[in-house]
Amino acid sequence: MSVESPTRIAAPQVGRSMQRLDGREKLRGEAEFVGDMIVPRMLYGKVLRSPVPHARIVSIDASRAEAMPGVACVLTGSDLGDIDPYWGHAIRDRPIVAIDRVRFHGEPVAAVAADDEATAERALLAIDVTYEELPVAGTVDEAIAPDAPLVNDGPLRPGLFHGLGELPPRDGNVCYRYRIERGEVEAAFAHADIVVEGEYEFPAIYQYAMETHTVIAQVERDEITLWATCQHPFLVRAEIAALFERPLSSVRVIVPYLGGGFGSKSYTKMEPIAVALARKARRPVRIQNATGESMVTSRRHGMKARVRTAATSDGRLLGRDVECWFDTGAYADNGPRVTATGGDAAPGPYRWASFRVDARCVYTNTAPSGSYRAFGATHLQWIGESQVDEIARRCGIDPLELRRQNLCLPGEEIRQGGKPLDADLIGDVEQAAAAVGWAEPKAPLVGRGVSVGLLAAGAHPVSTAIVRMEADGRVSVLTGTTEMGQGPRTVFAQIAAEVLGIEAETVVVRGTDSRFTPYDRSTGASRSTTLAGLAVMRAAEEVRAQLEEIAGESELDPATYPALIERRFGLAGGELIGHGDVHPEGSGSYAEGPVFWEVCVAAAEISVEPETGLISVLRTATVADVGRAINPQLVERQDEGATMQGIGNALYEEMIFEDGFLMNDTMLDYRVPTFEDMPGAMTSIVVQNGDGPGPFGAKGCGEGALAAVPAAIVNALADAGVPMTTLPLTPERVWRRIQELIQEGTWQT
Amino acid sequence: MNLELRVNGETVVRDVPAEELLLDFLRNRLDLTGAKRSCDVQVCGACTVLLDGQPVSACCTLAVQAEGRDVLTIEGLAEQPEFVLLEDAFMRHAALQCGFCTGGMLLTVSSLLAAGDLTSADAVRSSLAGNLCRCTGYKGIVEAVCELAGVPSA
Repeated sequence: MSVESPTRIAAPQVGRSMQRLDGREKLRGEAEFVGDMIVPRMLYGKVLRSPVPHARIVSIDASRAEAMPGVACVLTGSDLGDIDPYWGHAIRDRPIVAIDRVRFHGEPVAAVAADDEATAERALLAIDVTYEELPVAGTVDEAIAPDAPLVNDGPLRPGLFHGLGELPPRDGNVCYRYRIERGEVEAAFAHADIVVEGEYEFPAIYQYAMETHTVIAQVERDEITLWATCQHPFLVRAEIAALFERPLSSVRVIVPYLGGGFGSKSYTKMEPIAVALARKARRPVRIQNATGESMVTSRRHGMKARVRTAATSDGRLLGRDVECWFDTGAYADNGPRVTATGGDAAPGPYRWASFRVDARCVYTNTAPSGSYRAFGATHLQWIGESQVDEIARRCGIDPLELRRQNLCLPGEEIRQGGKPLDADLIGDVEQAAAAVGWAEPKAPLVGRGVSVGLLAAGAHPVSTAIVRMEADGRVSVLTGTTEMGQGPRTVFAQIAAEVLGIEAETVVVRGTDSRFTPYDRSTGASRSTTLAGLAVMRAAEEVRAQLEEIAGESELDPATYPALIERRFGLAGGELIGHGDVHPEGSGSYAEGPVFWEVCVAAAEISVEPETGLISVLRTATVADVGRAINPQLVERQDEGATMQGIGNALYEEMIFEDGFLMNDTMLDYRVPTFEDMPGAMTSIVVQNGDGPGPFGAKGCGEGALAAVPAAIVNALADAGVPMTTLPLTPERVWRRIQELIQEGTWQT
Repeated sequence: MNLELRVNGETVVRDVPAEELLLDFLRNRLDLTGAKRSCDVQVCGACTVLLDGQPVSACCTLAVQAEGRDVLTIEGLAEQPEFVLLEDAFMRHAALQCGFCTGGMLLTVSSLLAAGDLTSADAVRSSLAGNLCRCTGYKGIVEAVCELAGVPSA
């Protein structure tokens, strides 16, 4: 078989909507996910989970299970005596399996490895555990009450990558607190013409990546190998290495395609228990969660907040005061970071004279909460923005005009000491409003709303990449970025191809194998195009520099790449290797960030049916302010997906806990949006001002719309006459609110 | 139990436990992993296969229920000459992201197209409501399917 070498300098590769490189493989059912993989001698693992939210484990007897034919072993807390068995990204608070105590309904208590899944499941039933139930802190209110049972009572030990500065001691069940303050807040409220205040509730939400958490672990010789559904393979590698006391190079993490992530597969999840089980079984083991198990593996924080906003009677925003409590469940996971990001998002991007935020991260006896797309911003934006709209109503000013007068301008300070605003928010929200017919007349029971916010994006700016040009002139890109649907493999191919003057369709980009692919900090926080993409660009530039050096005076032509490589190595072999990295340019502290401010801008038009409380979303518009779109179609699709999830977060989705028990742990009871729930018109506006820090002026997207859409829907509903302070906006909740308004005599429609 | 059926046009004979799910039969015994496990309760559609041309959730169908019948999986659909039309439309409209729901989605679409059921964009939306996608926001899929059905998407 002959391979055609690249034959021409191609047209621009960046900025075109090339088709996904992984598309046909996925469409044909050929794309491989962890659950499709078989490793020789592999066993099947199942996890015994706690039936109660809080209890002391009096005894565990696994002897009957271990004696069953086909059962290789049973893992319990007593197998972990040779290591420090606690892990956690922010706080090292979580045992691999429960030790002496369970802290949430669904916590792993033991695990079985067996020849097949059915045998493993039968063996779970043969493990005898005696529990002595303990008092439950099932909600934030219960957890912060003076006599609350302590969910975790040991000292706080920081995790490997907590990045939160000095951790203050735990205060009861409050494991982290984030406070910011600017100006004289009390004075602003004392002298304000208008003060809007309220108490708000945001529900626990399941990310629902359709592929559940799945891990194959193998512990052989000196190496631990993981095939894992993880977004951040290098952080998982570091955590497994620390936990099992191995050097980094002895832990290998392989990540094929992910069936969605959305933050649910951020940081370490099922990997420690899979490794511990494989270690005991001395054979590879695969654990694949059922959906109900994944729901208790990671979820979005529920939150309650007290918020007030002060303004003048002519619509000048003066001050904002926010107190909020994030329910992080029984273990912190990424909760402290979610809390801090929520705190940063809470004021909103307005020219405040003063604001104060006091955000707490609270342990409860419920399933642990972690990352979910646009965390923190989604929690707070709908609250602050609904108060901005209420001020506009009281002042008699159009909400869009009030935002024009108060929004920060590019270059203005957002967070003290941090990156100034790097986007045109007024331009963005005007475009969004126009797309839902802002100025058009409205029918009764129809409302329109806009919302504006910012999300600190990019996480920690560390990414590396390798670009290889083989002897035939073909290029492959090695990165540690995870392809979970968002399209980094396609985008990286476009970036490398642009630099090297070849067609992106000829570039090969595969998944992470930490033995070969270089370090990428994480896949999340809208960072991959901006940071890993920049590393790819730099690596490709290094290859180009090598080609230029070989070519000397003559102009580079891809048709001559094989000849140039042959000239270097003296035979039709060898290869050129380029390396690129991105590292923090200041001190690297979170406070100097973010890498960029991701805009969270949307507009929505809804109608409400007062007889039933049912909301129909008629039109939505979101703004992807991406600096430069490497692939415009993929940018649009990202924001459409975020819009869909935003509609789910606003209208339907809620994990219901009662006394710590999760009541709706199947997709029969947990409702996500379907085809029929989508608005008739869904507009994704792509703004390209070339103002991003990434390759070719790009910056990330895909999360902001999820924070912005629920806020726009809440504002649209208030515009239709129904102000709400609790999400999701279920028909029952909306109908009850309308009954209250009728009673109060304030129902106008 | 002895089970004989046709899978992607080939006759298959296996001895299976009565309680074995069609999804496990396809994935574990035949190595056809295109049908995905997700919700386990017939809500999400990721495990969709065609049984005598009709979409079913393989997670809630026993293998023995397919006795003597024709099963088509995404691997089989992808071999059919007309698949290229579906594939190209989905590619043009970027009607997929992670790909986990995609096989089941395409099998449902192919059966609806064959039945001539997709007479409007609303019909597309209501007929596909049993297949969830958590990535795309559905818009690209609606556009691709409307194009295949020859109906306007808006």
